[in-house]
Amino acid sequence: MAVIDIRNLEVGFDTPEGKVQAVNGINLSVDRGECIGIVGESGSGKSQTFMAAMGLLARNGTARGEILFQGEQILGLGSRALNRIRGNAMSMIFQDPMTALTPHLRIGDQLTEVLTTHKGLGKRAAAARAVAMLEQVRIPEPARRMRQYPHELSGGMRQRVMIAMALLCEPELLIADEPTTALDVTVQAQVLSLMRDLKDRLNTALVLITHDLGVVAGLADRVMVMYAGLVVEEGPVETIFTDPRHPYTQGLLNSMPRIDRAGEERLTAIPGQPPNLQRLPSGCAFRPRCAYAFERCEQERPELEDIAPGRRKACHRERLEAVS
Amino acid sequence: MGSYALRRLIGVVPTLLVIITVAFFMIRVAPGGPFDIERTLPPEIEANIKAAYDLDKPLVVQYIKYLGGVLTGDFGPSYKYKDFTVAELIGAGFPVSLKLGASAMLIALVLGVTLGTVAALRQNSALDYAVMTVAMTGIALPNFVIAPLLALVFGIYLSLLPVAGWSDGGMADMVLPVTAMALPYIAYIARLTRGSMIEVLRSNFIRTARAKGLPEHRVVTKHALRAALLPVVSFLGPATAGIITGSVVIEQIFQVPGIGRYFVQGALNRDYTLVMGVVIFYATLIMVLNLVVDLLYAVLDPRVRYK
Repeated sequence: MAVIDIRNLEVGFDTPEGKVQAVNGINLSVDRGECIGIVGESGSGKSQTFMAAMGLLARNGTARGEILFQGEQILGLGSRALNRIRGNAMSMIFQDPMTALTPHLRIGDQLTEVLTTHKGLGKRAAAARAVAMLEQVRIPEPARRMRQYPHELSGGMRQRVMIAMALLCEPELLIADEPTTALDVTVQAQVLSLMRDLKDRLNTALVLITHDLGVVAGLADRVMVMYAGLVVEEGPVETIFTDPRHPYTQGLLNSMPRIDRAGEERLTAIPGQPPNLQRLPSGCAFRPRCAYAFERCEQERPELEDIAPGRRKACHRERLEAVS
Repeated sequence: MGSYALRRLIGVVPTLLVIITVAFFMIRVAPGGPFDIERTLPPEIEANIKAAYDLDKPLVVQYIKYLGGVLTGDFGPSYKYKDFTVAELIGAGFPVSLKLGASAMLIALVLGVTLGTVAALRQNSALDYAVMTVAMTGIALPNFVIAPLLALVFGIYLSLLPVAGWSDGGMADMVLPVTAMALPYIAYIARLTRGSMIEVLRSNFIRTARAKGLPEHRVVTKHALRAALLPVVSFLGPATAGIITGSVVIEQIFQVPGIGRYFVQGALNRDYTLVMGVVIFYATLIMVLNLVVDLLYAVLDPRVRYK
């Protein structure tokens, strides 16, 4: 059974300018021990999909569809019921470690409260577990860090604390929302290798939300590319990189510097802007930016279809040959 | 932090000197004197009395003599309440004023923070609008309007509480003056708390706390409240000053024998030493309480360090 199974999820936000549809009916499931990379630009709905799962949508947000966590429908649960799961069997790491920790509480307090809340541990037992977990995420002098405040730690250190916090209850599912975006490149590499180790050791299902294909290449087994609240392509990580089938995926890859092709080709940007979610173009949402678009793309939204075992795409073009 | 507090305390001295000087000469500008009464005294007797209190000497000489007295802790005798020194009068009035002011402050804090938090948690609900409307009214009405209204309604129309007076300083005597003093501050603090609480509840660390699966009351009290209280703590400095100066009016209206009333009486009677004594006392109190507030800030926010 999948750890998390999302079916026909739609997420919308009521704004003074009208309803904004952030997620337009996506399906995805993640198995135990699997790492899935969710890739897309800002506003593609990749974060909001999992905010909905965590019950963390903004006040004006509503979600429809099904989110099954270990078989149990959790979408629409109240915070009391969700609190059995959040931070316990399902936990999340956020993008900005500089602001994600409570500034006036010691690191130790913020870690141990997870264990006292979910596992009913006493203060001392919880503190011992927290120190052990800080050691696992390779924080030097963990006992001293426990007594420190967040502002006394560097960004990379704080993100490790966040990771430790998320792993304290040995979750079935770990959602990492841009876990390395706010970090220095050298620190990014350390955090990524740490996450790879932990995933292998704990056999946790990992959802990696990012706009950085490099991060995905290093960590994910499977990739889902999202655009304008829809999945446009999905497949095993190797094939997505070597043989992208959707023009948007191809555009993302071409805009990324690659060390194995240094000097061979120029980086190209995807023309245009991400679409306004309140006025999506007719047919395929990517059409206005797509070099391969033809009449059918304007009339009909492409469905996500199987193209090979484990591979799906939502595009009317059979092959991506250059059009003159 | 200890050396910071010490330096701030030493800084009080020059400020006080300026306050004493300005106040000393300002009261003397007011026409009349402490011994002007309707039936004028024979000139010889008046001259005698003035000589006894050094009032016949040049103003500068009086000022220097007064300063010398203050330095040794002697605030002089009261001109009007004969047989009492100023220190004795302040000593008698302060416990009463403290009881009123501290109660008002405590109630304002507890109610203000609670109402503000509840309003923030139910943002844009009927409850939120109700709290904010009442708060707006509380801020708009000055306490010299609220006080007589309270006395009229609860003292006269409903006859529930004494209109004024301080027979034994019991609960019944305290309710109206404390309410009149606290109401505007409940309103201010509720508005401040609501605003900062709404902002804090949107912050990333609250999202983290919720993602951790903590019960909502823990998220609010442990993670949000302390951060949301920072602006309230900054407001406590001016608020204490406001409560102290407000007590002058309130004590007069409700005939409460605190320092505030001595201050008003002293000013009306040209009781120079009494007025000066109260001014020095108030000024010191406000400055020390402001220091306490600044130190409290560092306790709430570990990122603040005073050196």
